[in-house]
Amino acid sequence: MTADQPTPDQPSTAVEIARAVRGKQLKATAVTAAALERAKAQNPALNAFLHLFQDRAMSAAAAVDSRIESGEADSLPLAGVPIAIKDNICLGPDLREKGDSRGYGGPTTCGSRILEHYHAPFTATAAQRLIDAGAILIGKTNMDEFAMGSSTEHSAFGPTRNPHDHSRVPGGSSGGSAAAVAAGITPVALGSDTGGSIRQPAAFCGLVGVKPTYGRISRYGLVAYASSLDQIGPLAANVTDAAAILDIICGDDPLDSTAAPRFAPDLTSGLDKPVENLVIGVPLQARSDANHPAVAAALDAAIEKYKAMGAEIIDIDLPLLDHAVAAYYIVAPAEASSNLARYDGIRYGRRAELSNKAALADVYTRSRAEGFGKEVQRRIMLGTHVLSSGYYDAYYNTALQVRAKLLAEFTAAFEPPAACHAILMPATPGPAFRIGEKTTDPLAMYLEDIYTVAVNLAGLPALTMPASTADIDGAKLPIGVQLIGRPFEESTLLRTARMLEMV
Amino acid sequence: MPEPLSSAQVRRIATLARLDIADADVEALRADLSAVLGYMDRLKTLDLKDVEPLAHVGRYTNRFRDDEPGQTIDTETAMNLAPKTDPPFFSVPKVIDGSGGGA
Repeated sequence: MTADQPTPDQPSTAVEIARAVRGKQLKATAVTAAALERAKAQNPALNAFLHLFQDRAMSAAAAVDSRIESGEADSLPLAGVPIAIKDNICLGPDLREKGDSRGYGGPTTCGSRILEHYHAPFTATAAQRLIDAGAILIGKTNMDEFAMGSSTEHSAFGPTRNPHDHSRVPGGSSGGSAAAVAAGITPVALGSDTGGSIRQPAAFCGLVGVKPTYGRISRYGLVAYASSLDQIGPLAANVTDAAAILDIICGDDPLDSTAAPRFAPDLTSGLDKPVENLVIGVPLQARSDANHPAVAAALDAAIEKYKAMGAEIIDIDLPLLDHAVAAYYIVAPAEASSNLARYDGIRYGRRAELSNKAALADVYTRSRAEGFGKEVQRRIMLGTHVLSSGYYDAYYNTALQVRAKLLAEFTAAFEPPAACHAILMPATPGPAFRIGEKTTDPLAMYLEDIYTVAVNLAGLPALTMPASTADIDGAKLPIGVQLIGRPFEESTLLRTARMLEMV
Repeated sequence: MPEPLSSAQVRRIATLARLDIADADVEALRADLSAVLGYMDRLKTLDLKDVEPLAHVGRYTNRFRDDEPGQTIDTETAMNLAPKTDPPFFSVPKVIDGSGGGA
């Protein structure tokens, strides 16, 4: 952690800030100004933010303060909480308002040259719910281009640095959001998780990162990478703040037909209540020899803590965990190749400058070649190949069969006789790696996702949280563990995490 | 599953993907994609007989909503996003030749 943290007598968590602002002990404008100052001071070293909402954030904060003054505190549960938003979450003008103060607007680049000058004409539902709850969005955060990466090195706008060690990556693809929270710039941030893009950076930066059940949070306004896997979720310094954000952003949405038409539970109240007769499954496959010793030790320490609390720890067998990366890097690129076909240089986004004689196909191929970075092009090509005639069955269909069996393995662990409340395993095979260490070998980078991708394929809720720190090459690096829950049982999942956090 | 990709296959995939890749990049792409596809060979060892493929975990029936007019993006906003326009149209290179032969 670095300087410019809130001073000890100032509230620093989202829940404390909201309480103080709602109780008129603190002004949203003061909190926002301080967060913007921290961002400006630290961003040159971290490159966590691509865009700051200096004026918009301050006017939004002033509006919150005046609403608090007029007695509207009850309708502003997140009053004055500064939040950073991953730059694949669209913020447009608020179509319900008139005049100058119409929402945030600003660019939504997705970390890509192809969307460098794109200003979304609409606002993502998750972001709108935060705004409506009185939260202040202070900026958009850096990310691997189109969320394709595990290090934030694949951003067109330069890598983000890990606040715990500037020579290392913050993880990815929500690396900017993770760095913003780990550096104390904002107490919470939104990210998105298609194969671990919230949980892995949270682990690398010592945070709590939650990927909710598929469908729990609307994807409206989230730039699509792999639509059957993508979920928005929070990164926070603690479980309580993550729960407070989830309480606002979870829920059905008429603008996303895959949003689950289910009641979103109140995760905050009852969060501190331990899960009775807790059963935790630990997959045999999670005890790989390839794990860094610090990761193995963190897992063992978490197991011992749960045992000491009276939880039953059982071994479970998830053989397909070892095949999840292979299946994921078929399914996700396949969906990406289809989703990213929309970037054609015609309706929005970058268009290549070509002579008047150029054909329409040249506009497509040149705009895409100039606009997409290497990793995005690689994944589009991979996806195109696995979907192409003659390869569809061998790759795509096989991966979907693996996906079905993987889900069945998880389901068996959650049902009797095992009846696990949660599955405990590493978040990542190792601590944050050095910038540049894995960029030359795409497969090595993909294998970083070995513990996170299975969750997205199965659509389950999962979180990573700090478990320990390890001294590595002179740096103190956070080590995370991961908890995976039953579908739509975020409440049990977060309570299980809170038990470990409170020890 | 097949052997490593050939350069010709890489070029064909790029054409299908509407990507204009440079000649100098073909070999690196061929090596990277072949390595990743080679890793996927491990799926061959699994017994997947009679397993129904799962494309999506959400098992919801189709959801309808009332067909009521609401706020939407207007033409001017859409035009402002486009790199090249001839309002109220997006501008593209000519795709139909003058001989009436069609696209």
